[in-house]
Amino acid sequence: MSQIAAAYRGLRIRDRWDSAPKPLHWLATLLVVAFAFYLPYLNILPFAYIRTDLTSSGSDWASVLFLVVVYMIVAVGLNVVIGLAGLLDLGYVGFYALGAYSIALFGSTESPVVQAMQSKFGLSEEWAVPFAACIPIAICMSLVAGVFLGAPTLRLRGDYLAIVTLGFGEIIRITARNLDDVTGGAKGIINVPTPPGPEIDGRAFFNTIDAERWYWLALSILILIIWLARRLENSRVGRAWLAIREDEDAAAVMGVAGFKFKLWAFAIGATLGGLAGLLFGSKQQYVEPNAFMVQLSFLFVAMVVIGGSGNIYGALLGAFLLTYLPERFREFVDWRPFAFGVALVLVMILRPQGLVPSRRRAREFEDRRHEAEEAAADV
Amino acid sequence: MDFDALISGLDRHTLDGITRGSIYALVALGYTMVYGVMKLINFAHSEVFMVGTWTVLGVYTVIGATAGMGLGTVIAATLLALLAAMLASAGTALAVERIAYRPLRKKGAPPLIFLITGIGCSMVLVETFGQVLRAIFGPPFGRVTVNIPSVLETRTVFTIPGLDLAVSNTRILIIVGAVVMMVALDTFVNKSRLGRGVRAVAQDPDTASLMGVNQERVIMLVFVLGGAMAGVAALLYTVQYDITKFDIGFIIGLKAFTAAVLGGIGNLRGALVGGLFLGIVEVYASAVWDSSWTNVYAFVVLVVILMFRPTGLLGESLGKARA
Repeated sequence: MSQIAAAYRGLRIRDRWDSAPKPLHWLATLLVVAFAFYLPYLNILPFAYIRTDLTSSGSDWASVLFLVVVYMIVAVGLNVVIGLAGLLDLGYVGFYALGAYSIALFGSTESPVVQAMQSKFGLSEEWAVPFAACIPIAICMSLVAGVFLGAPTLRLRGDYLAIVTLGFGEIIRITARNLDDVTGGAKGIINVPTPPGPEIDGRAFFNTIDAERWYWLALSILILIIWLARRLENSRVGRAWLAIREDEDAAAVMGVAGFKFKLWAFAIGATLGGLAGLLFGSKQQYVEPNAFMVQLSFLFVAMVVIGGSGNIYGALLGAFLLTYLPERFREFVDWRPFAFGVALVLVMILRPQGLVPSRRRAREFEDRRHEAEEAAADV
Repeated sequence: MDFDALISGLDRHTLDGITRGSIYALVALGYTMVYGVMKLINFAHSEVFMVGTWTVLGVYTVIGATAGMGLGTVIAATLLALLAAMLASAGTALAVERIAYRPLRKKGAPPLIFLITGIGCSMVLVETFGQVLRAIFGPPFGRVTVNIPSVLETRTVFTIPGLDLAVSNTRILIIVGAVVMMVALDTFVNKSRLGRGVRAVAQDPDTASLMGVNQERVIMLVFVLGGAMAGVAALLYTVQYDITKFDIGFIIGLKAFTAAVLGGIGNLRGALVGGLFLGIVEVYASAVWDSSWTNVYAFVVLVVILMFRPTGLLGESLGKARA
């Protein structure tokens, strides 16, 4: 009994939170959201020490916050694929790249695609697809890519899927690099459009300097996505994903169409990845293939798994830690990947279920651990 | 598309492909054996190969081996480098198993976690050779390509008449070396007592342990053997390409894993088939189209094969191999 009690100790705070009255939930959520929007201006000691621009070589605080939020969108999307549906996708960076490239290809006046359209339809040289129209294009492209990749490969088992998706990520990057006539090759594409807005102090509302506006935009999108993802998780589709993750054969026997729901998970994950990539490309106003190396995919997977696969808040925490910490301790920039590797191994060995595991996952994990211990005791 | 280039140089391209494929196949053995026994992708195996190439460089530097030595010295230096690379790679593989996988196995963690610790170990190894050792010892470590002395000078041994195909000594060494190692491993796994243990654990770990097979020892054996094969591959790679780099393992590992999956992961002979197949396809496709797309061809072939044969060309079989 004491073992079980010890196992659930980590969950007790959450139980207490769950039994708290509803208005308290709302109030707390509101406070957290308000605080999140206020973050770029955070200047109260000692909290100000979390800012990344304190040291001389530090990076712009609002820009870091923006990147954190973009990666949080990625983590929420990948959590659907890995955490809920249990599909190991190592090529997620491919969707991220597709999102960034679709806004660059169709929205930038420097893009060969836009230039080809200009000459074909006799348009002026300032013409490009407007930002608002680029969003559905990016979503469509990543959605189609998700289905395109998923349809032939989702019948494969976990590890096969891992290598195929890894290959997909590489294919996207190599294509972007080599198709000089379409993507600008290694040079990339400049002049990626930003969302429209009024001019303030002679500068566009969304420019490269005032990063907090980008952060607020991304944060609003993130909050919307979290709300949608939570609805999805508790829907029939979400339950089907869990069933498939736990035991695909049993789920199939019970009438859950495995392939269909896996494809759904893949497509939804791809869309969110594309959306995050679009935000990233738009903020940078510059897209190049080197920004989408396979290592970034590993980082994404690590975010979800370190935070706690299957739990949306775990994924958010993982995204925050793995993006924020390296920026905060920039003076150790050369040692970052090394420390990252060590941290991955240590965290996973000490806490394989992740920092904030989903409750169901934690219980499953506890079961497995007992089984492993019993098996070890038997031998 | 340039089919003429392919047809006119078919013999040369085939030889190129077999050379490249032999190295893929040797590295693929490490993936396939670990997968066969533990059902997990050892993501750090590519770095086991990388350590092997650096060990070869280290041995050559220490004994001062350069090009243009006598035949006896060349053979001695190569054998020494081979032995050192095998030991270093096997040791690295064993260390990865100890640090990243064993604690998780004791806890019964889900497969995804093994993958993450594998990636973590891989990053640590890469950074050790890219950054840490540089801070301690200085160059040649660091994020640059390092030349390895070509101790074995490339010489044409014979020309195949009719084809006008010059076969060099290095290619013979690579192809023969790889095939000999693979046959030896295959014989070991299929004929020896220890090999029977490996097959037993691959087939059914629980029953195998009831029959008195020490599972921990089998897993260690599998990592040692796989690591040693990566060490051989590392030496052969340096014979052919004369270079190493801190991240050299990444692309080779990716290809080798693709080869293992192509042939049927968990299948030793599949690794050979998959490796050679992948090597030849890559070289042919690069000749017909453009070599900057090489990696794309590899993955497209993988997806196409998996669509029609979901368990690879020969299927999974380390456990199902007949005794």
